[in-house]
Amino acid sequence: MIDAILFYVFAALALGSALVVIGQRHAIYSAFALIVTLCSLSAIYGLLGSPFIAVLQLVVYAGAIMVLFLFVIMLLNVGREEREGGERSGLKIAAGILTGVLLLQAGAVLLQAVVAPAPGFDASTHKMAQDLFSPRYLYAFEATSILILASIVGAVALAKKDL
Amino acid sequence: MAAAVKVVLIFAALLTVFALMTWAERRLLAFMQFRLGPNRAGPLGILQPAADGIKLFFKEEVVPAAANRWVFLAAPVVSVATAVLAIGVLPYGPPFTLFGRQWQLQIADLGVGVLYIFAVTSLGVYGPVLAGWSSNSKYTLLGGLRSSAQMFSYELALGLSWVGVIMLAGSFRIGDIVDHQAGGFWCWNAVVQLPAFIVYFVAATAEVSRIPFDLPEGETELVAGFHTEYSSMKFAMFQMAEYLNMITVAVLGTDLFLGGWHSGLPFLPSSGIWGFGWFAAKVGLVLFAFIWLRGTLPRFRYDQLMGFGWKVLIPVAVLNILATAAAVVLFGL
Amino acid sequence: MAPDFIPHALLLSLALFSVGLLGVFLRRNIITVLMCVELMLNGVNLAFVAFSRAQGTLEGQVLVFFVLVVAAAEAAVGLAIVIAIHRHKDTLDVDAFNLLKW
Repeated sequence: MIDAILFYVFAALALGSALVVIGQRHAIYSAFALIVTLCSLSAIYGLLGSPFIAVLQLVVYAGAIMVLFLFVIMLLNVGREEREGGERSGLKIAAGILTGVLLLQAGAVLLQAVVAPAPGFDASTHKMAQDLFSPRYLYAFEATSILILASIVGAVALAKKDL
Repeated sequence: MAAAVKVVLIFAALLTVFALMTWAERRLLAFMQFRLGPNRAGPLGILQPAADGIKLFFKEEVVPAAANRWVFLAAPVVSVATAVLAIGVLPYGPPFTLFGRQWQLQIADLGVGVLYIFAVTSLGVYGPVLAGWSSNSKYTLLGGLRSSAQMFSYELALGLSWVGVIMLAGSFRIGDIVDHQAGGFWCWNAVVQLPAFIVYFVAATAEVSRIPFDLPEGETELVAGFHTEYSSMKFAMFQMAEYLNMITVAVLGTDLFLGGWHSGLPFLPSSGIWGFGWFAAKVGLVLFAFIWLRGTLPRFRYDQLMGFGWKVLIPVAVLNILATAAAVVLFGL
Repeated sequence: MAPDFIPHALLLSLALFSVGLLGVFLRRNIITVLMCVELMLNGVNLAFVAFSRAQGTLEGQVLVFFVLVVAAAEAAVGLAIVIAIHRHKDTLDVDAFNLLKW
């Protein structure tokens, strides 16, 4: 009961701040709104019984990626207002229509999905580690560590002033 | 219901410890510097924190005209909130029985306790960043960015130092890690995982921006760093956040490395009020070590600080993980 | 402790995805576009976690783990590219990056 109420509160918070992300003029307020979205999503993951993913979302997304975004926005001194380009209104209408179509189609499919929560759901870190390091996903796990190394080297090389 | 009572009790206890810490720090620093420190307000100056609080309350609230008002007001709230959130999952003593029930001196016994603390300290980076940016001043912006870069660099070393401890105990739950260290002081993780303990202590000092890593708020370097433009109660909240963070890392270090509430010798009792006494003594020792460092060491330069965090602490922590993992696999510890 | 709001969680993930999609179409600042891409990835993550709860297995959560890692790598490299471009053009308007147009 209290879980359902908390879920709707966090869902409203997540959706509201997502709308602020795309609506705000200044990039830094969008970043703050995105942080709020990420934290409410983390709470929703906790309510769905996945404590490990909830904590990981806070550590990786809200605690690292968004700090990176904030750093770049502050250091590049991103300007206050965006110019309102009137010559792209055709594109904007098309974007709105297409997104609306996506919402209707996918919404119709999802509303017909039979999703009852399965009993005996165990998302403890122990079980998660057993799945992650099982032969099925171990190769992908090692590959992601190399991916991260590549992205570190790439980011440093791209952002350096003199190569 | 019991949780609400625990929240109130632990919060009140922590605020009292915070007030005592400010007094103890000023007195102990003074003794180390061959002077007396505050000894006028009340016996031995013990009412000095109350006097400070009243003084700060009555100071004028200044908000810079060009500052971003809402973010400026929100930054100290974020700092204090993340400092307080970490307090909820730490155990403060052994479980004891009272009125026929088993009580835990812990607000929330999470299965992913240690990871949750890591998440909350990651979120603690935002306080200085928001404060520095919203004050609309070059000193504060630089101080805020330096502070957040320092905090998340040393967070990595902090987290890596815990991995060895978690591998030995086999669980993320802090209570399990404490119970793994029962038996004698040779079972404490500070002895079994000495490199990890050293890395933890150094990284924790840097994480809470204490001397010798307090360049973000270095008074002689950047005016006052990210809280230059803050006055009165908002400044007090930043100080409170710093002290609460310090208490949190001290309690966490005691739980993870110094055996928690277990006495170091098998013939000394460790349950009930004795366990709490041992715990309080160990936390006091760690806090004294923080104050001692403040009175002794000069400040690191910023490039030395970052180089030390990335090039020394992280490799040492990773090597410790490798060695511990090898030991666990080969000897089945 | 069985949550019966899983269908609503799926609808929320769809809503977040479409809000992010709208943002990618409509915003002109490239950093905001990157943030909207992160929003889309989060919508997908929520769908994975909700389905994992419905199915009872942890496959969805393992995939969320990988999506998290890839999103972090992509955000880092994307922002580095933004910094490099800003150094040359001194603007962050998406329409200004048109050197490859014929």
